[in-house]
Amino acid sequence: MSERERIQKQRPERTNETSSDVSVDATKGDQLKSDLDDLLDEIDEVLEENAEEFVRNYVQKGGE
Amino acid sequence: MDARGRVDLTSFAPIVETHLANTVLTNGARLYVDHAHPEYSSPECRTPREATLYDAAGEDIMRRALTSANSRLAPHQAITLYKNNSDGKGNSYGTHENYLVRRDVEFAHLIRAMVPHFVSRQIVVGAGKVGAETDTGLDVNPSFQLSQRAEFFEEVVGLETTLKRPIINTRDEPHSDAERFRRLHVIIGDANMSQYATFVKLGSTALLLAALEESGVGIFPAMPKSPVQAVRFFATDLTLREAVACDDGMTRSAWDYQDELWDVARTYVNRNGTSAVGDVDEVELILTQWREMLDGVLDDRDAVADRVDWVAKLRVVNGFKERHNLDDHDAKLRAIDLQYHDLRPSHSLAQRMGLLQLCRDNDVREAVHNPPRSTRAYFRGQCVSRYPDQIVAANWDSVVFDLGDGPLQRVPMLDPLRGTHALTAELLETSTTASELLQALDR
Repeated sequence: MSERERIQKQRPERTNETSSDVSVDATKGDQLKSDLDDLLDEIDEVLEENAEEFVRNYVQKGGE
Repeated sequence: MDARGRVDLTSFAPIVETHLANTVLTNGARLYVDHAHPEYSSPECRTPREATLYDAAGEDIMRRALTSANSRLAPHQAITLYKNNSDGKGNSYGTHENYLVRRDVEFAHLIRAMVPHFVSRQIVVGAGKVGAETDTGLDVNPSFQLSQRAEFFEEVVGLETTLKRPIINTRDEPHSDAERFRRLHVIIGDANMSQYATFVKLGSTALLLAALEESGVGIFPAMPKSPVQAVRFFATDLTLREAVACDDGMTRSAWDYQDELWDVARTYVNRNGTSAVGDVDEVELILTQWREMLDGVLDDRDAVADRVDWVAKLRVVNGFKERHNLDDHDAKLRAIDLQYHDLRPSHSLAQRMGLLQLCRDNDVREAVHNPPRSTRAYFRGQCVSRYPDQIVAANWDSVVFDLGDGPLQRVPMLDPLRGTHALTAELLETSTTASELLQALDR
């Protein structure tokens, strides 16, 4: 097999690898975003209802 | 005693007599009320992993206490508990670490070696905070800080813990042989919800102290010229890349410091082995996790959001802010900050973040009731568990018995590495009463 042929053969493989890497990264990114969305849904549910009052009343005096 | 060698009785905090709860638990810990909040002092532990387990057990103990207390309250009343370090209004309370350090290490060297770590480790083990609350913090007005505690520090070295807080605290009660050991009382740390953060916080600090004991201060990076400004400045620099001037004429960011300090620890372990801190597996885990978290906070934060508290908290604070189009200082974001640290499973945000667990649930449950086997806490916890009616006082360095037929009898435990399972289990097993135990100890 000539050098040229070998290079030509390798090239499409490498392109395939690259494109599959990109799609894995994109999936990971989507997954993270969807995880965060689920988490934010949950926070919407459990967060203290009156945030302002909750934060205002949270006071600690003394001690270390 | 003051670590600088002075004994200044007027500088001690006043001892206030109270009738508040103060008890020693069967796992060797002390549980008490510090002015206005409950405080848990874990039993003495031999390794960072063990100390992390007993920190987790402390959380579980507080949760059980909470459930029990709430069941006794009227229906419209409830107690809530948070494992954090500030109320967002300028009041802070600490999560203290204590390390035994060889007495022959000069205190000046301890300062010079450890200040770089204490100002910079927050980029890996900070618990994160929405906004600021002290006058100097409010001048900068950050939307988010890496650490709960950083803005409360005003001195480099001092004895105080509740005002003019120092980066290096000089309280030096080793509760052991003061000729051999000093106590490094670290008050600058945050309470971590992430077990891996607790583990790396304790592990990195223990390794650097071991390196200092073995190789001296020369292997450590120079201190920042203004440590107090540095710790506050690093806390508000979310890029982690902004540098401060150092005593050797160089400039370093918090990340640069941690990178150099990781190398100090790695080199120490390569040369001296791991035995001062833990077994090989444990110490390698400290180094790997410290490294991964350090690289992650700079280059790939999502990859360490399951271990670094401030990254986990910032991720939801920013997500929530975007989703609801909120201002940086909206009360809801501060509520998320507080609720991240809520210990109630129904409310805890940290529990919903998918933080990786270092300790197995079963081990934590065991550690709620049973002491570590590796230190004198074993003897203390076992005595409290086996002979509760005969004990009048259980201290860090002694247990005092009252057998009812003579003077009180004090069993000293000055060496933290004695009183272990290996040394006392058989004695305890064969002594069915406190009297038999004391007779056997006399022999």
